[in-house]
Amino acid sequence: MPKPILSKNFGKKNAHSLGVYIQDGGYEAMKKALTEMKPEQIIQEVDKSGLKGRGGAGFPVGKKWSFIPKEAPKPKYLVINADEGEPGTYKDRPIMECDPHAVVEGAIITCFAVGIHWAGIYVRGEYVKSIERLEGAINEAYAKGYLGKNILGMGFDLDMVVHRGAGAYICGEETGLLESFEGKKGQPRMKPPFPAIVGLFQGPTVINNVESIAAIPHIVKNGGEWFNGLGAPGIGGGVKLFPVSGHVKKPGIYELPMGTPLREIIYKHAGGIRGDKKLKAVIPGGASAPVLKPEEIDVPMEYANLAKIGSMMGSGAVIVMDEDTDLVKTLRVLMCFYAHESCGKCTPCREGTGWMAKIIKRIEKGEGESADLDTIVSIANGIRGRTLCPLGDAAVGPALSFVTKFRQEFEDYIKVGAG
Amino acid sequence: MPTLTIDDQQVTVDQGTTILDAAKKLGISIPHFCYHPRLTKVDACRMCLVEVKDAPKLVTSCSNAVRDNMVVFTGTPKVEEARKSILEFILINHPLDCPICDKAGECKLQDYYFRHSRQPSRFKDYKVKKHKVVDLGATMVLDSERCVVCSRCVRFCKEVAGEENLGIFNRGDHSEIGTYPGKKIEHNYQGNLADICPVGALTAKDFRFKCRSWLLCKVDTICPGCSNGCNAVVHFTLRSFDGIKGQRVFRLTPRENNDVNKIWLCDVGRWGYSFIDSIDRLTTPALKKGEDFVKSDWDTVLRETASGLKTVVERYGPSAIGVIPSPHLTNEDLYALKCLFSCVLKVTNIDFKLPGLDKGEGDKLLLKADRHPNTRGAELLGLSGTGLSAEAMMEKVKTGEIKALYLVGSDPVKYIGEKAEEALSRAELLIFQGTNFNASCKLAHVILPGATFVEKEGTFTNYQGRLQRINKALEPLGEAQADWEIFTRLGKRLGSYPSYKYAEEVFKDMAREVAPFTGLSYQKIGPQGIKLTLPEGKS
Ligand SMILES: Cc1cc2nc3c(=O)[nH]c(=O)nc-3n(C[C@H](O)[C@H](O)[C@H](O)COP(=O)(O)O)c2cc1C
Ligand code: SF4
Repeated sequence: MPKPILSKNFGKKNAHSLGVYIQDGGYEAMKKALTEMKPEQIIQEVDKSGLKGRGGAGFPVGKKWSFIPKEAPKPKYLVINADEGEPGTYKDRPIMECDPHAVVEGAIITCFAVGIHWAGIYVRGEYVKSIERLEGAINEAYAKGYLGKNILGMGFDLDMVVHRGAGAYICGEETGLLESFEGKKGQPRMKPPFPAIVGLFQGPTVINNVESIAAIPHIVKNGGEWFNGLGAPGIGGGVKLFPVSGHVKKPGIYELPMGTPLREIIYKHAGGIRGDKKLKAVIPGGASAPVLKPEEIDVPMEYANLAKIGSMMGSGAVIVMDEDTDLVKTLRVLMCFYAHESCGKCTPCREGTGWMAKIIKRIEKGEGESADLDTIVSIANGIRGRTLCPLGDAAVGPALSFVTKFRQEFEDYIKVGAG
Repeated sequence: MPTLTIDDQQVTVDQGTTILDAAKKLGISIPHFCYHPRLTKVDACRMCLVEVKDAPKLVTSCSNAVRDNMVVFTGTPKVEEARKSILEFILINHPLDCPICDKAGECKLQDYYFRHSRQPSRFKDYKVKKHKVVDLGATMVLDSERCVVCSRCVRFCKEVAGEENLGIFNRGDHSEIGTYPGKKIEHNYQGNLADICPVGALTAKDFRFKCRSWLLCKVDTICPGCSNGCNAVVHFTLRSFDGIKGQRVFRLTPRENNDVNKIWLCDVGRWGYSFIDSIDRLTTPALKKGEDFVKSDWDTVLRETASGLKTVVERYGPSAIGVIPSPHLTNEDLYALKCLFSCVLKVTNIDFKLPGLDKGEGDKLLLKADRHPNTRGAELLGLSGTGLSAEAMMEKVKTGEIKALYLVGSDPVKYIGEKAEEALSRAELLIFQGTNFNASCKLAHVILPGATFVEKEGTFTNYQGRLQRINKALEPLGEAQADWEIFTRLGKRLGSYPSYKYAEEVFKDMAREVAPFTGLSYQKIGPQGIKLTLPEGKS
C-alpha cells in the first residue's frame, strides 16, 4: 500500500502542533507557493492534479478557483466547508483534529493563488475538538507569521477565522452555509449568481471542503501530475478518504486511490462483512447516494463510474448493510432525516420529504397500503430536479433506489405488517 | 435584444428579461406564488417551472433570464405534470377550508388548483398542525396552516416597509411565518400583506369574515387619504349582506401606478374609508331649529341658503361672505364652487388653507403630511389668496364684518380651535355642506349633505401635479349630492349659472378656463392619470 498522504497524521501524537507539523515538512508547500510560484501556476497545478471537490458535488477545484474575478468591487473570500453533515461521513473531522495545520496551510496557498485576504472555516457545531484544534493551529500560524500581515515578507496578507455552526445539514450546502455564516437562517440562495461571483457578504467567494483544501499543500509540494497519478490507472484524480461504516469487520477511514473498486474497499480494506454474513446493500457515497445491490459493487469509486450506474460518489462515505438489515427501517431513518433537515424554502422538498417520511413510518408500523409504494415513487419524481438546492434530490436518491431495488421487502411489510 | 419563441410565438425583449415576463408580454400567464414584480426573487415555490428546449430539467421562469433563440414551452404535459405535483405538495398540509376562508374567490392556490390540477388528494396521513389566528399586530391575522411559505410577506416588510419584525421559523414542513419574540408588525403598510399573500394566510382584521370576495364590485378610484394620490380600487356591495348593516364599502386595494404608488397603499389611506358609511354621515338636508337640527328637504334648504346669501350680498356686499372649502373636494366641486361664489356672487374671501392642514405625519414611502387629496388642485384653481385668509375670516366673523360663512367639507374648529368655535357661533348665517358631522357642522344653521369620493365622478390633482380620476361606485347615501351638483342647483337660484348634469361637463368648462387643465378631457386623463404642465415656479 502506498504511503498515506491525507491521513498520515491520523493518530500521530501531537501532529496537530506546529512544531511536529513543520518537522514533517509542513509549510514547505506554502513557502514554495509564496516565494517560487505565481498564482496562475498554482491554479494550473491544481488543475493538473485532477482534484475534484471532496464535499460531494465533485466539481474540479482548479476550475472553481478560476471563476473568481481578478478585480472585484467587494473583498473576496475563502470559505472552508467543515459542516460534515452527510450521514456516514466522518473524514473531515480527523483532518481537523489531527492535521489542522494542513487545513491552514492549504488555506494560505488557496488564498494566495486566488488573491484572497480573508478565510473562514465553517465547522459543524458538535465538532468541539476540531474547533479547538483549528483555533490552536490558527493562533500558532499567526504567532509564526504565516497568517496576518506580510506573510513571509512577500507582501501577502491573510486573516483566518473559525466559525462554529449550530447543527443543520442544510448549512453544509454552500449557499445555505454562506447565509448562516452571515448570521442569517441557513437556507440556500437562488443560483445564479453563483458564490464565485456573489458569495459571502456579496463578495466573490471560493467554497471548498476541508479534504479538498488539505490536499492542496501536497499538490503544490509534489506537483499536480504526481497527485493525479495517485488515482487508479485510467482514472486518476489522486487519493481520497473513504469513511466506511456499517456491518463490516473493520469500520474506519481508508485513504485509497480514486477509482478503487467498491468491492475492494468493503472486502479487502474493511475486512468484509461482520460475522461473514451476506451483503444486502451498500450506500456508496453518503446517505444521499442511491443504494447499490451486491451485484453492483465492482464499480470503481469515482464520480463518472458511479453516476453511470445511477448512484453517486458524494462524500465517499460507504455504508454497508448485511443480509439482516431491515431496509424499511433503514429508509425510515433516512427519510426522517431529510424531512427533519429540509430547510423548508422550496415547495417540493419542504412538503415531499415530510410526506415520504410519513408514508414510510406508516408502512413500518404495518399500516401500509399497496398504493403507498407507487405514491413514494411519484412523490420522489415530483421532487427530483425541481428543487432549489440539491437536498431535495438527495432525499430522492435513497427513496427511489430503496423502493425500486428492494420493492419486495417493502411489499412484504405491507402484506404481512410490521416484522 | 434577444428574440425567443414561447409556445410557438416569437417575442423580442430587453436583455435580462425573465422568461415569465417575456411570456407575460405575449399574454401567456405562468402560475407562481413567491415571485412578485416588486420584491427580490427567491426561486422558492417552483410553481413557475417551464420547459426550455435542450435544458436537462424544467427551469424556473421567474428567475431565469431569456437568451436569444431560446425555445420555451409553458404548457407541455411535462410542465402541467410539474404544476400538478407542486400543487399537490402545497395542498397535502393545507386545511382545505375554502368555505370559511376570506381569500376564496381570489386565491391563487384555489385558482391554480382548478386550472391545473383538479385531482383528488392522495394524502392519507396526518396534516402538520400549525398556529392559527396568530395576531401579528394591530391589523393582521395569520393562519399558518393556509400558508404556502412563499415569503412574500417577509420580503415586503424588509424590502418595502423597512421593518424586520417578521420571519420564517422552524424548518421543513413545519416552517411558519411569525414575528420575532416581543415584536409585532408596526409599519404603516400592513394592509399590503393581505394583498400580496397569494392565499388566505394573512388576512386583515378589517375585512375578516365580512364579505365573500365574489360579492364585491370593484371600481377604480384614488385614495383620498393624502396628497400622494395613490391609485386604488374600491370594493363595495350594492346591498348589505349577512347582517353587516349599512356597510357598503368593504376595502380599498392598491392599483398599480409606477409613477405614484408602485403597487402599494398605506394603512392610513387604506383604512380611512369608514367615514363613507359611518353613523355620523350627513344624509338629509337639515335646518337648525333652536338647539337642534331638523330634517328638511333640498328645495327648502336651497331656498333658505340662496335667499340668505342673496340678502347678505344685497345688504352688506360680497365681502360679507366667507367661503372655506376643503381640499378633499374634487377639482370639479371646487371649480363649480368658484363659479358660484367668485363669478356669480363676486365673493373674494375664499380660502381653503386652514392653518395646519398639511401638518400630519408623513413617511418616506407614500404617505404625505398633507392629508388631503386635492390641495394642489385647490391651489391651481386659485382658491386661496384672493381675499381674506381663512384665519382672518374668523376674526371678521367675530367682529360681525362677515355675516355669512359657507363651509364646504372644512372644519375650522378642528384646525383653529376655540377661536373658530367662538367665531362660528357668532355668524349670522353658517352653512355647512359636507359628508360627515363635525365640530364646525354642529354650529351651522343649514346643513347640505355632500357625496363622498366613491359616490361621485371627478378629478384630484396630487402633490406632483398629476391629475387623476375618481369614479362613482355607489349612489350617494340618503339624499346626499355631489358638491358640484349642489352648487349648480344653488347657482340657478342666484343668477346665471351653467346647468351641469355631469361632472365631466364641469371639467370641460374648467379645461377651457383654467390654464393647467387646458386641452384635457376625461378620456385623455386615462386610468393612470396625467402629469399637468404647471406654470413656472409651481412644479
Ligand atoms: C444538503 C447538502 C449538504 C452538504 N453538506 C456538505 C458538507 O457537510 N460538507 C461539504 O464539504 N460539502 C457539503 N455539501 C456540498 C457543498 O454544497 C459544496 O458543494 C462543497 O462545499 C464544495 O466544496 P468542494 O468543491 O471542495 O467539494 C453539501 C451539499 C448539499 C446539497
Ligand atoms: S431542496 Fe429542501 S433544503 Fe434545498 S432549498 Fe428546497 S426545501 Fe430547502
